[in-house]
Amino acid sequence: MVKVVSDRKYTKDHEWAKADGGKVEVGITAYAVEQLGDITLVNLDVKEGDTIEHGKAFGTIESVKTLSDLFAPVSGKVVKINKDLESKPELVNEDCYAAWMIQIETTSTLDDLLDVAAYEKLVASLDH
Amino acid sequence: MTDPSTDLKRTPLYDLHVRDGGKMVAFAGYEMPVQYKAGLVGEHHAVRNAGGLFDVSHMGELSLKGPKAGELVNGLITNDASKLVDGKALYTCACNDKGTILDDLIVYRAAADRWLIVCNASNREKIVGHVGAAARGVCDFEDISDATALIAFQGPKAVAIASRLASSDLSSLGSFSFVDTTIAGVTCTASRTGYTAEDGLEIFCENASAPKLWDALLTAGRDEGVLPIGLGARDTLRLEGRLSLYGNDIDETTNPLEAGLAWVVKLDKPEFVGKQALVAIKEKGLERRLVGFEMTGRGIARHGYPLLDKDGATVGICTSGSPGPTVGKNIGLGYLPTAMTAVGTEFVVDCRGRKAEAVVVKTPFYKRKAS
Repeated sequence: MVKVVSDRKYTKDHEWAKADGGKVEVGITAYAVEQLGDITLVNLDVKEGDTIEHGKAFGTIESVKTLSDLFAPVSGKVVKINKDLESKPELVNEDCYAAWMIQIETTSTLDDLLDVAAYEKLVASLDH
Repeated sequence: MTDPSTDLKRTPLYDLHVRDGGKMVAFAGYEMPVQYKAGLVGEHHAVRNAGGLFDVSHMGELSLKGPKAGELVNGLITNDASKLVDGKALYTCACNDKGTILDDLIVYRAAADRWLIVCNASNREKIVGHVGAAARGVCDFEDISDATALIAFQGPKAVAIASRLASSDLSSLGSFSFVDTTIAGVTCTASRTGYTAEDGLEIFCENASAPKLWDALLTAGRDEGVLPIGLGARDTLRLEGRLSLYGNDIDETTNPLEAGLAWVVKLDKPEFVGKQALVAIKEKGLERRLVGFEMTGRGIARHGYPLLDKDGATVGICTSGSPGPTVGKNIGLGYLPTAMTAVGTEFVVDCRGRKAEAVVVKTPFYKRKAS
């Protein structure tokens, strides 16, 4: 079983969303990292100040073997992007729950996203 | 062996892959390991620095026997097998009448009247049909793929490790030479060939013996860093060595001359399938060529990405691309108009809408040091 942390919510696309006073940090889960392997590039197609729509791609993450889209878990305004990942994509491999990609300012709640139990169940169903 | 729930075939080494943590994926109709616990990059470096074992039992093996077998084989391939002596093999293309590539093969001459063709798993049916039809009434032909296991043992330490377990001295075996031998008591044929740009062997044996051979080599090499290697690292290793991948870099829409495989096309030999077309293609001049490139901008080229000129017009296509773990750069292969193929030519890769600069470089990207 891959690591899941309890202070945030999850999406079926294997991203996490962590709410902190009207702002939501977004990253990818340990399961996603395991699937991708060694991450070599994080491409963010948004910049600070852009508005972003729930479910729309905001970038891609690439490993040696493949690439995967990053989707916005909520609508809102991008207030911060993690510039460190541009030069150090390996930070995502090192600690994917610390390596957030963007911060979204939103009025939405995370109620529609998966809680830890639901996400663990999803991952367990994929492990076969 | 086939798993009835997926219709995918399994090689005789399937159980060992699962035991060793292999992540199994569908590939050319087989369940094959894409990587093991070490991961793609770890496995890649293991092969460059020590050794790695690859299960390539899914590949096709076709046996041809009879006094006319050699002549028949030579009429189906672009390289010249008439120069081969017993115990030697060569790399070649097999083309159709249009001069485009049906498959890339290794052809082995065991004796004047005993030949073996190894083809890609994805092309097995096609090549069996093609060669089988030509062989009818000429020589004995048998598709022995399902009875034959093939283990590649590649890397700077591979030959020495295998030699310790072998009944004959494998280190004296020349490049593209092969010999019947026993390794760890397993009767096999060891060939000094591979698909990694490293020294190494490809070892044929019967299915039933394959697990014993695999484990003997793994155990003998473990302390020296030998690992089992999945399809993921197989791809990055071959790409760094600029070895073509059928279905990516070459296929029935490409000819060997433009694919950089003119060195295996012998237009001065007697008639072979595709010769007339290739002569015409050569006379007309090549419109495009497969080149190696490095990304200079932020991006990783992938199979199918368009290649653009400085004005943004699509002029070519990327056929293979990934980060190269040993070369430390994002590299790729792609077809470009002949005028844009000189080393140093700059162009742009359209990475799903994101434009990133690239430059044509000399290949191979990686060349092993002479031992």
